[in-house]
Amino acid sequence: MTSKVIDSSTLADLFGDGMTIGIGGWGARRKPMALVAALIRSGARDLRIVSFGGPDVGMLCATGQVKEVVHGFVTLDSIAVEPHFAAARQTGKIQTTELDESMLVSGLRAAGRRLPFEVTRTGLGSDILTANPQIRTIDSPYDDGETLVAMPAVELDLALIHLNRADHLGNGQCLGPDPYVDDLFARAAKRTILSAESVVSTRELTQGHHPSTLLLNRTMVDHVFEAPGGAHFTTCLPDYPRNEEWQRAYAHSAGSPALWEEFRTRHIDNEHVWGAEAGND
Amino acid sequence: MTEPTTDHVTRAEIAVTACSNLFRGQRDILASPAGTIPTIGARLAALTHAPDLMLSDGESTIYAGVPTLEHQGVRGGYLPYRELFELIAAGKRHVVMGGAQIDREGNHNFSAIGEHAKPHRQLLGSRAAATNTINHRTSYWIPKHSRRSMVQQVDFVTGVGRTRAEKAGKGAARFHQVHRVVSNLGVFDFNGPGHTMSLLSIHPGVTVEEVIESTGFALDIPADVQTTRLPNRQELQLIREVLDPLQRREQEVRS
Repeated sequence: MTSKVIDSSTLADLFGDGMTIGIGGWGARRKPMALVAALIRSGARDLRIVSFGGPDVGMLCATGQVKEVVHGFVTLDSIAVEPHFAAARQTGKIQTTELDESMLVSGLRAAGRRLPFEVTRTGLGSDILTANPQIRTIDSPYDDGETLVAMPAVELDLALIHLNRADHLGNGQCLGPDPYVDDLFARAAKRTILSAESVVSTRELTQGHHPSTLLLNRTMVDHVFEAPGGAHFTTCLPDYPRNEEWQRAYAHSAGSPALWEEFRTRHIDNEHVWGAEAGND
Repeated sequence: MTEPTTDHVTRAEIAVTACSNLFRGQRDILASPAGTIPTIGARLAALTHAPDLMLSDGESTIYAGVPTLEHQGVRGGYLPYRELFELIAAGKRHVVMGGAQIDREGNHNFSAIGEHAKPHRQLLGSRAAATNTINHRTSYWIPKHSRRSMVQQVDFVTGVGRTRAEKAGKGAARFHQVHRVVSNLGVFDFNGPGHTMSLLSIHPGVTVEEVIESTGFALDIPADVQTTRLPNRQELQLIREVLDPLQRREQEVRS
């Protein structure tokens, strides 16, 4: 069967200006940072980023590649407010579509199901609806006649996801404590790039692990990229915890353009940083 | 040891007890406290008057039993991120949310301060405040009660107060229940005129004048203002010796 494994030069060609890109993980947890670094090096601009946001969003704000962020929050967990995102917001450099987290889940699910919207009660009465007039309410067609939110589908050109293991066919395995909504991102996207700590044989995936750990099947994945350490400095349990020291250096770099350039040169411009030795950086 | 008196109970311990009281009568729901004092309060409730509360680590683990602040709980269930929203939609939860701003009508903001398109200060974002308030019982925790946190009108409505919920359309307020506010000064509900905030009790050592001065809107003050109860002997022992022996509570609210 056809292998979906790609190398870094093929990866670079998958990014383009103006794309809507969904990024898996949550906050500073299991973010596909090697893929985000490749996206930054590609120089793609005017991006619309959809994320349960962490340093993925912050970095793309810092590089000026983001036009709009679709999010419910942006956090580094141990640092509550993402400083690069906050700087971009407070200087008015980016647009945002700010949603309730569960509305973003609904929008991704609708996209994956090829529906125009998903019905939810969430958002009613809040400024999420006033700030986003494109989101409309509907009346239940049944006797109850209730007013509900019709959360529009959040369709993606590309989804970026990092998991513990994958095979060459595009089966992806999550061995950590929470799959978040990575499978919804994959289904909502025209194309999905899955990076993994290791690419192993299909047989090996289920040796010693329940098949329910296979979060993504090959209908949901277009490209597989092997990236040991590919979530650094965010968590990728059980492989590694968050590298708090590295994260602090990243947060600190929001303090001045010079600090950011230094961080970028050292960690992002060098494509070998997000490799097996990343944890020892 | 005799029953505690105001002389040897801290403000933080009174706030813990008030947070515990929020869960009185509840069972088989997830108690989701944000902040140190509400976390101790929910666990105190589970150890005393509300033994059938469900507690979690705030991530994907449901606890078996009641862990202390310093120990990982025993794993008793699985609640991954996506399942939390199913549980919320089913109404099986009582959240205690922190917030940068709470207003007179019970609206809540932890998104941003100032104009939303270009805020003066970016905060966490909307998170799940809108889904929480429209789906199940919600209380608020304000560790620093001031005119900056208790405002006439929040800058951006993330959590929804009663009046806005009722105006949001047919059935919108069906499951809405903004319950109470616990602050470092007192306990409040929304039984004032037009569902506005009303003083339920002042913590021992706090005056009504102090509460009024620290609040950025006209607070409803009932004729007979109660005093927040002290923890009893058993509760105080659980707080000090079992749940929070390192006194993390005292860093969140100082006496």
